[in-house]
Amino acid sequence: MTDILQIQSLNKSFGGIKATDDLNLSVQTGELHAIIGPNGAGKTTLISQLSGGQKPDTGKILFKGRNIAGQPAHKRASLGITRSFQITSLIMEMTVLDNIALAVQAGDGHSFRFLRPARSISHLRDRALELLKRVDLAEKADHQTVALSHGEHRRMELAIALASEADLMLLDEPMAGLGTHESHQMVELLRGIKGRHTILLIEHDMDAVFALADRISVLVYGHIIATGTPAEIRDNEAVQHAYLGEE
Amino acid sequence: MTRRTVLTIVVMVLVGLLPPLLYWSGNAFYLDLATRLVILAIAATSLNLILGYGGMVSFGHAAFVGIGAYAVGIPAHHWLYGGMDAIATTSGYVQIALAVGVAGFFALLTGLVCLRTTGVYFIMITMAFAQMAYYLILSIEEYGGDDGLVIDTRSEFAWISLDDPIQLFFLAYVSLVIAMLMVRMIVNSRFGMVVQGAKGNPERMATLGFNVYVFRLVAYVISGAMAGYAGALLGNFTTFISPEMMDWSRSGELMFMVILGGASTSVGPVIGAVVFIVLEEFLSHFTVYWHLPFGLMLMAVVLFARGGFVGMLTKRKGR
Ligand SMILES: Nc1ncnc2c1ncn2[C@@H]1O[C@H](COP(=O)(O)OP(=O)(O)OP(=O)(O)O)[C@@H](O)[C@H]1O
Ligand SMILES: [Mg+2]
Repeated sequence: MTDILQIQSLNKSFGGIKATDDLNLSVQTGELHAIIGPNGAGKTTLISQLSGGQKPDTGKILFKGRNIAGQPAHKRASLGITRSFQITSLIMEMTVLDNIALAVQAGDGHSFRFLRPARSISHLRDRALELLKRVDLAEKADHQTVALSHGEHRRMELAIALASEADLMLLDEPMAGLGTHESHQMVELLRGIKGRHTILLIEHDMDAVFALADRISVLVYGHIIATGTPAEIRDNEAVQHAYLGEE
Repeated sequence: MTRRTVLTIVVMVLVGLLPPLLYWSGNAFYLDLATRLVILAIAATSLNLILGYGGMVSFGHAAFVGIGAYAVGIPAHHWLYGGMDAIATTSGYVQIALAVGVAGFFALLTGLVCLRTTGVYFIMITMAFAQMAYYLILSIEEYGGDDGLVIDTRSEFAWISLDDPIQLFFLAYVSLVIAMLMVRMIVNSRFGMVVQGAKGNPERMATLGFNVYVFRLVAYVISGAMAGYAGALLGNFTTFISPEMMDWSRSGELMFMVILGGASTSVGPVIGAVVFIVLEEFLSHFTVYWHLPFGLMLMAVVLFARGGFVGMLTKRKGR
């Protein structure tokens, strides 16, 4: 199997805090790779450096063999990386459908168009509606985004990530703040897309992680202390000591 | 029809009909006032594209208006007094092309820098560039410097004469309608959706793959060019132009119109311009401090009635 993503000696500090500390990680094409780690371990900071939201201090990010560490976020998106946000990041002033349609439009590649109303372009709308159906939000399509519940916002995040059809999906705690039922729903959604995309999943919900992941990496203080199959990680002593034991 | 559409139509019909009717019934003064109102509304509409829909709070929009006015004044000046043969003309087509082109180019140059920043920095730097344009014009003695420049000959067109106040008014009015329709078309297009998305959540838009900077820059140039056009009309209306047109307080007035009237609505800037003209005209009879109530109203609107006058007038009960 080839690695779609290779992270080599990545470092990032905020003042005195080493949020990313000599981090090395490979993600194989097609796998669902989960990253677990305690609060403040640097998971979100890692995702941000991969998506281009933050610049690493040093180190390489090889995506499909090419170092993208210096590329801006929009470039990386066009190369095939998408992310969802731990803290819901939607365009609250727009409708649900408009949010998703914009994500579809981004992948469509014709955005310097000034004449036709975007809402009349049926292939964008149809695709957006289809995505909303997949996350079970079709009946909310015309609602204002701000009026939706937290759980619905989380599913919108997922629909947007799906819209891009990116080769690599970075999902930052898609289950953050969800109730039991909604979490189950999200696990099923992720199970449905697993295998079709390479996914780097950050998640605190251990049941979800062990149910979904092909491989798991454990991040502690910005450093990967172990990578392996769910079974290997469960039995790893260092991991139990550093992390799982505290649960 | 939504309430907002009804409001838009009512306002536009009133603005288009009332002043000529008053004029024909012997009240020429009101047509003058209305022409100025309509021209300012065009400038405010152009500002609304970036401020209202794009979230770019430009505090230097009067510079584009001023450039547009000087694009009429300077060619007319040389046509009369010689020099600069290349641009010496009274042709309205050339002057308008110059107004739109130079204002758009100025927007491109300054936007390249300004749009690297956001928030308060953006406000300050757009203001700084406008003041630079102000001092540049001020320093050119040939064009009157501080004293300004009288436009002896208005722009000349094949079919219409701007010396006739009613024709000038209708040119401005038709221009306003076209400007409103253009802005509406742009904001609803795929391009416009990106610009609006970048107002709500630029980080998300970048993550989707949009180069937010470039989209904003294009919107900024379109807006600047439109304001330049408004400036060309304003020059023809006042027939006297001075660097004062570019002063930061003029930019502030345009911002007031957009926010007070209702940002990111078609008719908001027009209503804002109406309120501005009415206040300026009537309050200035009573007090030289007429800006004060205007400022207080703006604060009240910002604090209590988000969405400006349009928001207040179209709010549904029980919501
Ligand atoms: N912009 C920032 N400025 C300063 N410090 C930051 C910034 N972003 C993150 N940090 C710090 O870096 C460390 C890692 O933060 P990060 O958000 O990546 O953790 P995380 O693993 O995602 O945590 P959580 O599980 O709570 O989401 C934390 O100590 C955090 O306080
Ligand atoms: Mg996090």
